[in-house]
Amino acid sequence: MILSTAVAIAEARMGKPGEKYYSGRSRAIMERAYIAFKSSTWMIVISGFVEPVLFLLSFGYGLKDLVGDITVAGQPVGYVAFIAPALLATSAMNGAIYDSTMNVYFKLKHDRLYHGMLATSLGPMDVALGEISWALLRGLSYSIGFMAIVAPLGLIPSMWGILAIPAAVLIAFGFASFGMAVTSYMKSFQQLEIVNVVLLPMFLFSGSFYPLDVFPEWLQTVIRIFPLAHAIDLVRGLTLGNISWALAGHAMYFVVMIVIGLFFTTRRLNALFMR
Amino acid sequence: MSSFQARQGSLKIVDAAKVAARGALFVTEARLRSMLKWVWLIISIAIANPVLYLISIGLGLGSYIDQNAGSAGIDGVSYLTFLAPALLATAAIQGAMDESVFPTLEGFKWNKTFFSMNATPLSGNHIAMGVFFNSLIRTVFTAVLYWLVMLAFGVLESPRAYLAIFTAVMAGAAFGALMQALAGLLENENMFFTIVERFIIMPLFLFSGTFYPLSSMPIFLQWIGWISPLWHATELGRWLTYGSEISTSMLFVHFIFLNSILAVGLFASRRIFTRRLGK
Amino acid sequence: MSESLIRARGLTKKFDDFTAVNGIDFDVLKGESFGLLGPNGAGKSTAMRMIGATSQRTSGELTILGKDPEQFGPQIRAHLGVVPQQDNLDTQLSVTENLYIYGRYFGLSRKFLKGKIEELLAFAQLEEKRSAKVESLSGGMKRRLTIARALVSEPEILMLDEPTTGLDPQARHILWDRLFRLKEDGVTLLITTHFMDEAEQLCDRLVVMDKGSIMAEGSPAQLIKDYSTKEVLEVRFGSERNAGMANDLGQLCERIEELPDRILMYTEDGEELLERVYKKGFHPKTSLVRRSSLEDVFLRLTGRTLVD
Repeated sequence: MILSTAVAIAEARMGKPGEKYYSGRSRAIMERAYIAFKSSTWMIVISGFVEPVLFLLSFGYGLKDLVGDITVAGQPVGYVAFIAPALLATSAMNGAIYDSTMNVYFKLKHDRLYHGMLATSLGPMDVALGEISWALLRGLSYSIGFMAIVAPLGLIPSMWGILAIPAAVLIAFGFASFGMAVTSYMKSFQQLEIVNVVLLPMFLFSGSFYPLDVFPEWLQTVIRIFPLAHAIDLVRGLTLGNISWALAGHAMYFVVMIVIGLFFTTRRLNALFMR
Repeated sequence: MSSFQARQGSLKIVDAAKVAARGALFVTEARLRSMLKWVWLIISIAIANPVLYLISIGLGLGSYIDQNAGSAGIDGVSYLTFLAPALLATAAIQGAMDESVFPTLEGFKWNKTFFSMNATPLSGNHIAMGVFFNSLIRTVFTAVLYWLVMLAFGVLESPRAYLAIFTAVMAGAAFGALMQALAGLLENENMFFTIVERFIIMPLFLFSGTFYPLSSMPIFLQWIGWISPLWHATELGRWLTYGSEISTSMLFVHFIFLNSILAVGLFASRRIFTRRLGK
Repeated sequence: MSESLIRARGLTKKFDDFTAVNGIDFDVLKGESFGLLGPNGAGKSTAMRMIGATSQRTSGELTILGKDPEQFGPQIRAHLGVVPQQDNLDTQLSVTENLYIYGRYFGLSRKFLKGKIEELLAFAQLEEKRSAKVESLSGGMKRRLTIARALVSEPEILMLDEPTTGLDPQARHILWDRLFRLKEDGVTLLITTHFMDEAEQLCDRLVVMDKGSIMAEGSPAQLIKDYSTKEVLEVRFGSERNAGMANDLGQLCERIEELPDRILMYTEDGEELLERVYKKGFHPKTSLVRRSSLEDVFLRLTGRTLVD
């Protein structure tokens, strides 16, 4: 029998570990995302970048005289420099959540796009990795853009601040893999609203706009169960140069989140498509 | 065989005059029924939203601001009292948007219910007004709940504070009607609303003197507040809830501005709906 | 005897306590066009998904090109072109971009795809729509694009799930014509349908399925020969009277089927039967003589019609 090229390519992977789930071609999914991205409205592309800048302008410059300096680790910090890292962390979260919930839900249920992808010689792991990698690439470029604006304004006092960019990508990775896992269990579009129900209080209470110590101990403990507070502490520690082992702890939180998220995403996608 | 009667004749059972007079209410009923499916979600949002914002920003951030401002406070009151009327108007606008934009996109584009409504004796005007009335119901509901939460937080100092519900609803209605008209214009670009949300709604929220007096913004950003229904409603709300200082002429300006936007929005909605259905 | 590309023995699929496919046996041979005919809910799509290596069987045997789809999912899918019941084209991309990226999912090179896309556009008669967004295409065009997309990897087996459901008659004929060409080129076709005319037009051999089981197997002509008569006389007496007539008419022909709106009378010669009906003093409001079809086979096998 004459084999087509597609068959030859697929058979070349036979015997490799995880061949049932992974064909080593998550790049094809990223290429798809790139083609779709090229034809999407440039305003949408820019908006992900504009949002944190608007918040910085409004909250930072609008409130800085009203709030005054904030004391972090015994040092007074200007209010704008205090919230800038929080906005970077929050926008990394928002972008990753949007990409991995709304976007994924539509491709999964509405357009049935993943069904088409998985009718080819791709496996579910290719799809999950490809989608998440694309989201991270986007998150990376937004973080660089945001830093390019705030650094010249003197809002990143420490050289450690450069590490805020990879930290933002790590945060985005955590939220994206976790968000994708949650979305893959969603049965209706309305259930996605639950995501917003969790996001709003997390956004409001994770210490973006003021230090957590205004809250009673027990509430601080509750807040620290959720990821955003760790994200903000991590990025803020780096931009303000307050380096300690606590930062490694915050980063570990996200590593664990990534592993759990990827595990459930692959498992669930496999169950959905191989049912 | 069944007792189905197809031949009674529509002239006998359909009252054209009644439809012409009350058509908008029938559309409202249809919209209300589909809104009620989410009633628990709507109620939880309407309560959780004010509680979370007032605690986090009002009390949390407020503790820093009040400490820094000393006894003078901000605009003579605590930050929580200053912030609450602005958030009341914001919530009313958000509620109005939810019930006017998405039903309009749905009715024209997603499942085209407006076209099937229009195949009955209902006109474009009926449908436009029906959608508007329904969003008004949601707006009033949201504003009243918000106001009750404000009452619980003890930020309503003036005896005429209840009137702030009306000014917030006015802003919601004005903004909702305008956005409803805009949504009616959209033929196929869903993304357009993401752009509106991020480039119009979000800046209006951030730069309408919501979190600090508009005057503390540089003058080149203040114009955003001037054209924003949110700022006008917030100014009225602050006067009504705690008696902020404001000139009588400015009160009229705010009032007239909101009602003009409402009139323009409704006029445009009716025109746009009728035109699109007749196409 | 040509080789068997797909072989199923006792193939079963259960969802919780519902059995969608109940122990079916069949072979699909190289180069043939094989059909699964049955009403909605017969288990055709579930069977297709197991063959397409995107669904795991509950029990039984299944081999595709000699391999077990549960062990070699990606390798088997590389041999298949899948046209699902619901189009799942990438609505964010244009016509050519859809073809291109689908080829990339198989790992095909850009150079190869460049030439392949032109071929496929010509095949699907979509050359003028090459840069159009998918949403602007008509139902028939979308279907042709989905088929062209499935062909990008030059599959041995093309699987079509209800290929013409929802299309107007003209669009159906264009599609059938394209599928004939593929068959001439030696592509093995596996088709599910609930349209008997489609099954008769396209399938060399088919199985009739109902409630997860196979009721009969053979070529369309053979099935009609085995399970029906040459011709059918359809008579209507008006909605109130059909029921009362069945007994009397039954004595005039080999077999009779009573449907809510009409009575079907099975015979070798329809015109002759109609004359006898009149002679007996029965005067149907309308009458029609036609050849037996797979619809009649299905009715005979299950007592129900294919399309309700």
